[in-house]
Amino acid sequence: MTSRTIKVDQLARVEGEGALKLIARDGVVQLAEFNIFEPPRFFEALLRDRMYAEAPDITARICGICPVAYQMSAVHAMENALGVVVDGPLRELRRLIYCGEWIESHTLHVYMLHAPDFLGYEGAIEMARDHADIVRRGLDLKRVGNSIITLLGGREIHPINVRVGGFYRTPRKRELQPLAEELKRARDRALATVRWTAGFDFPDVERDYEFVALRGDGEYPLSQGRIVSSRGLDISAAEYDEHFEESHVQHSTALHAQIKARGAYLTGPLARYALNSAALSPLAREAACEAGLGPVCVNPFRSIIVRAVEVLYACDEALRIIDDYEEPERPAIDLEPRAGTGFAATEAPRGMLYHRYRLNADGKIADARIVPPTSQNQPSIEEDLRTFANAWLDLPDDTLRHRCEQTIRNHDPCISCATHFLRLEIDRGG
Amino acid sequence: MERVRPKLAVWKFASCDGCQLSLLDCEDELLEIAGEIEIAHFLEATRASVEGPYDLSLVEGSVTTAHDAERIRDVRRQSRFLMTIGACATAGGIQALRNFADVREYTAIVYARPDYIQTLATSTAIADHVKVDFELRGCPINTRQLVEVISAFLAGRKPQTPPHSVCIECKIAGNLCVMVGHGTPCLGPVTHAGCGALCPSYNRGCYGCYGPMETPNAPSLSAWLSKLGMDYDALKRVYRTFNANADAFRKESERHDQ
Repeated sequence: MTSRTIKVDQLARVEGEGALKLIARDGVVQLAEFNIFEPPRFFEALLRDRMYAEAPDITARICGICPVAYQMSAVHAMENALGVVVDGPLRELRRLIYCGEWIESHTLHVYMLHAPDFLGYEGAIEMARDHADIVRRGLDLKRVGNSIITLLGGREIHPINVRVGGFYRTPRKRELQPLAEELKRARDRALATVRWTAGFDFPDVERDYEFVALRGDGEYPLSQGRIVSSRGLDISAAEYDEHFEESHVQHSTALHAQIKARGAYLTGPLARYALNSAALSPLAREAACEAGLGPVCVNPFRSIIVRAVEVLYACDEALRIIDDYEEPERPAIDLEPRAGTGFAATEAPRGMLYHRYRLNADGKIADARIVPPTSQNQPSIEEDLRTFANAWLDLPDDTLRHRCEQTIRNHDPCISCATHFLRLEIDRGG
Repeated sequence: MERVRPKLAVWKFASCDGCQLSLLDCEDELLEIAGEIEIAHFLEATRASVEGPYDLSLVEGSVTTAHDAERIRDVRRQSRFLMTIGACATAGGIQALRNFADVREYTAIVYARPDYIQTLATSTAIADHVKVDFELRGCPINTRQLVEVISAFLAGRKPQTPPHSVCIECKIAGNLCVMVGHGTPCLGPVTHAGCGALCPSYNRGCYGCYGPMETPNAPSLSAWLSKLGMDYDALKRVYRTFNANADAFRKESERHDQ
């Protein structure tokens, strides 16, 4: 019997600390593990007895890469618990700041974390030596996303202007105009990014995912919508716990989120695109078509093109919001604490992010539950590894190891997010 | 002959990754920085890793496991100049709220099998474990200040990061005082400068994410805050956020913990 073990102890170009392990026997993959060894930070526990209004600032600290997603899921869940709906220009501004995060986070992933895999570099800094103009274009595009977050949120990481009920201060219409000019240039760069990524060489692989994403009312989903799947699921966020569960897989250190009675599923750009591509802006739809994406993309390596298409959409959508913007009368609606439970799911750049809070009558948090996208995608990522690696076992160790790393990076995992709930055990042996 | 550039390493402990992301968020300066400094170890950005020793180590995150308590000693041994970046590394971060609770209870709330979790009872600052040469404050750090401290390191001078309060930054920004002007509770008078008085500029009170300023008078501020209607419990919580374990904030929250 021939035995082969491939290990990467510290995955690079992912958010947080993870590792992978692959064991093959006689040319067949026996075990594929994507391990997470970030120390736990206990967010669900430390949220107890905090006021509902504190949740957006505290949960933002779960992830420095997608703090807006945490703030958006938190404010929507709290508003759901308090029985209010934030609409009109305040809702539009929330979409706008979320567009900023998509542009920033996706561009970071496309240019700095993912593209070097396709072009044969260790990272974007190394890539810049040969392709300075391209890396510069990525940084310029990323900066526009950060400009949106900074204008609306005060700063790009852990924005300070988001609150339950709305904002602390809303922008004047004229404050948004300089952003519009930047966004028009960004749109060209985003289109160039779609074309650039479409030209990469992709391994010819496919997977039969159950895609799960929000579906908005005729709009590409950001912070609202029903939770739908490619196999017929169609529920509200309040029903999430009835349909999804976290199970403990033997020999695994992590809790895996699954659809009850069906198993692994995938959230993120591939899922959003498969379930909502008709709701993209005309420009983004055309670019996707030109890039050869079709209505559904089941090759995770091509997710880089879908991210680029979503960046293009986010630029378009941000421009639309700025054009249509009417200054709201007040920056936030009034809220009265009351006992209740609130649910929300929003679309973080890397996938669906679910929050649930139970509040006491005085507005304090009695119980919190947070399910980040990476925990939901972890079983699918491991299935990707198991499925694809069989065909790669003839490759030399270094190449195989790199392919496996890429397989994980395809899904832009955010390990910092995942950790506060993932069950983990530090195992440095073997 | 190629000139020898100083070697930079970026290390992560318990954190959200936001402070090291700030380095990648220096969109205008990143490639220039990479020209002046050899990015020798920065896992979030590159697979390539050059062995130590390192001239400058940036450390993000707090120490929450026995393994990390060992690892930081190893990082220190390999680093000529060690700089902590952000509230986790300088004060223990939001995860230091466990220091005021029973970590076994915390573990049981979050994890179905607490026996699988290996963690220390506390989250502590890097300086509680090893000598730190410079601390950059903030949750998250400010990219402008990050560029300043890296530039100062390269030039061999002291970084310009004033230790005064956020109040001074409000005066510089020309903000109306939110506390005097509209009775909004604000931690600005006791909070370390660096953000540019962001929250008051957005009609919000400062929530102290840069931690305590040099020689703060927190008891005096608490007296003012209670006049604005904050009860004991609210006063305890207001100091217990991202810098809860920083000395001045910890003492002031404990004074209101009954």
